[in-house]
Amino acid sequence: MYNFSKKLKLTAVVLMVLGAIGIGAGFMSAPKTVEDVEAILAHDNAHGGGHEDAHAVTTHDTHKAEASHDAHANEHTAHLEHVLTQLQNKPWAALYVACFFFMMIALGVLAFYAVNRAAQAGWSPLLFRVMEGITAYLPFGLLAILIILGISTVGHGNHLFAWMHADLDPTSPTYDSIIDGKKGWLNPGWFMIRAVIFAVLWSGYQFLSTRLSRKQDTASDNSNFKKNFQLSAMFLVVFLYSESIMSWDWIMSFDPHWFSTLFGWYVFSSMFVSAVTVIALVTIYLKSKGYLEKVNNSHIHDLAKFMFGLSIFWTYLWFSQFMLIWFADIPEEVTYFVTRIEDYNLPFFGMVVLNFVFPLLVLMNSDFKRVNWFVVIAGILILAGHYMDIYVMVMPATVGDQWSIGLSEIASVLFFLGLFIYIVFTALTKAPLEPKRNPFIHESEHFHY
Amino acid sequence: MSSHKVVYAMYDDDDVLLDAVKAVKDANYHIEEVFTPFPVHGLDKAMGLAPTRLAITSFLYGIVGLCVATVMMNFMMIKDWAQNIGGKPSFTYIENSPAFIPITFELTVFFAAHLMVLTFYMRSRIWPFKKAENPDVRTTDDMFLMELPVTDDVEALQALLKETGAVEINLTEKK
Repeated sequence: MYNFSKKLKLTAVVLMVLGAIGIGAGFMSAPKTVEDVEAILAHDNAHGGGHEDAHAVTTHDTHKAEASHDAHANEHTAHLEHVLTQLQNKPWAALYVACFFFMMIALGVLAFYAVNRAAQAGWSPLLFRVMEGITAYLPFGLLAILIILGISTVGHGNHLFAWMHADLDPTSPTYDSIIDGKKGWLNPGWFMIRAVIFAVLWSGYQFLSTRLSRKQDTASDNSNFKKNFQLSAMFLVVFLYSESIMSWDWIMSFDPHWFSTLFGWYVFSSMFVSAVTVIALVTIYLKSKGYLEKVNNSHIHDLAKFMFGLSIFWTYLWFSQFMLIWFADIPEEVTYFVTRIEDYNLPFFGMVVLNFVFPLLVLMNSDFKRVNWFVVIAGILILAGHYMDIYVMVMPATVGDQWSIGLSEIASVLFFLGLFIYIVFTALTKAPLEPKRNPFIHESEHFHY
Repeated sequence: MSSHKVVYAMYDDDDVLLDAVKAVKDANYHIEEVFTPFPVHGLDKAMGLAPTRLAITSFLYGIVGLCVATVMMNFMMIKDWAQNIGGKPSFTYIENSPAFIPITFELTVFFAAHLMVLTFYMRSRIWPFKKAENPDVRTTDDMFLMELPVTDDVEALQALLKETGAVEINLTEKK
């Protein structure tokens, strides 16, 4: 049985406390009025920040409509109000990115776990308890994201979702016919109902599968194993549909005028590679503490191979999405990449280096995939890169060019990292780290590549 | 070619074969060759074969494919007859590069895969219509065969092979 060390528990609690303080401070320091914004912009300009081009950069189309008013004074006030909304969104968006990122890791691990169960993989049963431990975070992560989504939509607590505040009156000059056409799908009630359905389905599978896995330890036959196989196969079908819809709702709807048909896959690839990376990191950590004696370097090698392959898969989807839109050059589609390349140049291209170039070079060699510290370094870079990926998906539509990696962003990551560590390692203490009666456990012990 | 005597030990299970190879190696016998109906995982390591260098050649072939793709598309699409790609009036390779990436990728994979297969054929000395070299046709169906050169003490070798689970042991003259 795994023993959650006091040191790690303390680290997790400290991270959560520091994160919570930082998140609170981030909300407190957000500007309250237009005058605050004017002061901030003046301060930036004095430092040579140069926000003259801010008028040209429009993330919300409503702003474009406002900005087209004749009177310059009106335009200035509209701009200030727009920046005020963006700066008030910033702590919310930072919280949302971190919350989604850690939820996504747990969800990706659940999908990877289900794939291994459904495929009756022989190499991985020794890692099942690690995966089950990580997925224990999923219900908590989903609850956190449901709360934020609830505040943002039915609660009218912030301006994260532009479609919540679109003008749907056909007689109005700022009438948004595109969002009006989508209101059957994008309305707060139905949006939240879908979110709750997904959360219940995913958490339900997580609960049932983990329970069957633990019952198999003391069972006298393989019926729990078989049930788990059937359940996992069914879950995968449900998951692939629901994950795609989730990615439209929870990420793509930040840019409600824009759409991409492979967006579900794109988010999935990011989720899957981060998930396998976290499985590898937790496994290496547990091994370094003397647990999981039977996990050998071939298991680490295979996890690293998944990290390598899935990084290339992510790049493939990232590029596919970009190339089609670049090639067609249709105005309503290219806005997505124009804002990202103009305002988010460094994170947008920097993440390609982190998510593609580094894993490609570091994990190409078969021998390096067996060296723990190589895998750890590659893993940390991959996780940083995929945090940036989610960041660049969410931020342009919510804070526009007012982005920065500041107090709110770092504190949000620290808070959810602390929560993640606390819940995952608590869950790991609940069952023996080595499944006993799994029919493939022998094959997994002898796994050798 | 000089003829010499060899022992053919037949096995009917890949796990038994793998353990037998390890046991024979431990007893310091030289294994000439093993014939199997399908690839057996870990057999190369158990036999003590040197790691393959095919991966290095594949990497080099990939680089060749990448260069061929770049040179070819630069000539066709930019130099010889400048193409207007997607309505964008940009006539340099780098400005149009997103459109060239899929072809670059495909040709890299194409060169790496095909040339690697050809290299493998040449290295294994096999070509179309070549007469099969396996000593027993059953190794293409359900039997595994271990070929060992005959040493001074044939009886001891045969006894060891029997002990490792060989279902059939033949002493023959190899042509």
